Amino acid sequence: MADQDSDLDLRTLADDELVEQMWDDLYDGLADEVVEGTRILLERGWQPYDVLTRALVEGMRVVGVDFRDGILFVPEVLLAANSMKAGMNVLRPLLAETNAPKLGKMVIGTVKGDIHDIGKNLVSMMMEGAGFEVVDIGINNPVETYLEALEEHQPDILGMSALLTTTMPYMKTVIDTLTEKGLRERYIVMVGGAPLNEEFGREIGADAYCRDAAVAVETAKALMLRRHNQMPVAAAAVG
Amino acid sequence: MAIVGTAPPTTPPTDAARRPRPGRAAAGPGTTLIIGCGALAREILDLLDRPGAADDACGPAPVRLVCLPAKLHNRPERLPDALDRAIRAGRAAGHDRILVAYADCGTGGGIDRVCTAHGVERLPGPHCYATFATRPAFDALMDEEPGSFFLTDYLVRHFDTLIVKGLQLDRHPALLGLFFGNYRRVVYLAQSDDADLRARAAAAAARLGLVLEVRATGMGELAGFVARAAAPAADPAPAVMAAE
Repeated sequence: MADQDSDLDLRTLADDELVEQMWDDLYDGLADEVVEGTRILLERGWQPYDVLTRALVEGMRVVGVDFRDGILFVPEVLLAANSMKAGMNVLRPLLAETNAPKLGKMVIGTVKGDIHDIGKNLVSMMMEGAGFEVVDIGINNPVETYLEALEEHQPDILGMSALLTTTMPYMKTVIDTLTEKGLRERYIVMVGGAPLNEEFGREIGADAYCRDAAVAVETAKALMLRRHNQMPVAAAAVG
Repeated sequence: MAIVGTAPPTTPPTDAARRPRPGRAAAGPGTTLIIGCGALAREILDLLDRPGAADDACGPAPVRLVCLPAKLHNRPERLPDALDRAIRAGRAAGHDRILVAYADCGTGGGIDRVCTAHGVERLPGPHCYATFATRPAFDALMDEEPGSFFLTDYLVRHFDTLIVKGLQLDRHPALLGLFFGNYRRVVYLAQSDDADLRARAAAAAARLGLVLEVRATGMGELAGFVARAAAPAADPAPAVMAAE
């Protein structure tokens, strides 16, 4: 696909064709082309939020589906994600200026003893693309770092990631600490990582286990909606 | 499915003194079946080939080895189903004693669920790195440096295919940082004392831009596992059949 289109002038394409071409370029991990397409759409008067959702997020959604179906593997997904990140770097300052809708705020990090962040980075990017403000606290986080980040950023959601069976129990340490400090109910806690499953998520007291980035976004949206719906009830109960 | 050593010998040994090749016992009752990861095939066959182990002319418990492709590790969610099919095939072939030479291998308990359903034993621990290093030593390595990337003899031999080409580092150098940016060292868990493999491990570490540490682990916990497979079971059939 990339070879055939290497001489393609993106500016000659109509909007719909250009968006479809950007999906292909994302799929092929062509960061420069994705950036160029992003700039062209902005020049044509598209709102940054529309470029993000209709061109980048939708393109990445297709990548996620094909990864789940075994058509794409991790290297291709990483290249696609890198391309989306390049496009988002163009959009991010514009999104801030235009007050694009924010669905909520998330603090996310990989747990202590674990330095794997590919999945976490994908979740961060897709959550940001979906309209969440994301504070990524990186890898190898002890519980103290999670607590500091929660205190500083006051998020709606805490996301934790682990790739190792030896490190995933640390998620329970974090959740138990939140409970001990009376903080657990303040946050939606979502967990993910290759060796986890729903049963583990329930056992450690998380609100949700998310098997991939797309599921994380949908789960976060659903839990945020539920949270908003519960707020008036809670207010009435205490009032 | 890539099969290692599944086919019975096309012609039975004519020389009674000649030992059959390890792991190639005929299917059927009385033969223990090991279903293993292709990444462990060489080591299991090596252990079976040692004097006194299975398939020895004097050995009472012949062992047949079937291996699933090592590349299944790229899609660990598919491992349990593949293993389940292999166990069912082993049962259909008449094996009443089956062992699984897989650890959890990133399946989040998926392999355990299959093993429990069939009443078969698997390698203890989370993955073959811990199997070779032994678990306390592996935990110590990880405590010492969480950013440790592990190699075994198998991974050193197939580094270019599995890591460089498998992760497309040859085609997309930018992926190197994305995959390995958080790692601080390569730890080569050596099963054999092989200067060529050590040199190749050093080259692999250099390719990843990481320092190399070599730990001579030998076969670790795999040795005991294979020895149990090769030992005659006291009464294997009821334990296995009752679980099904």
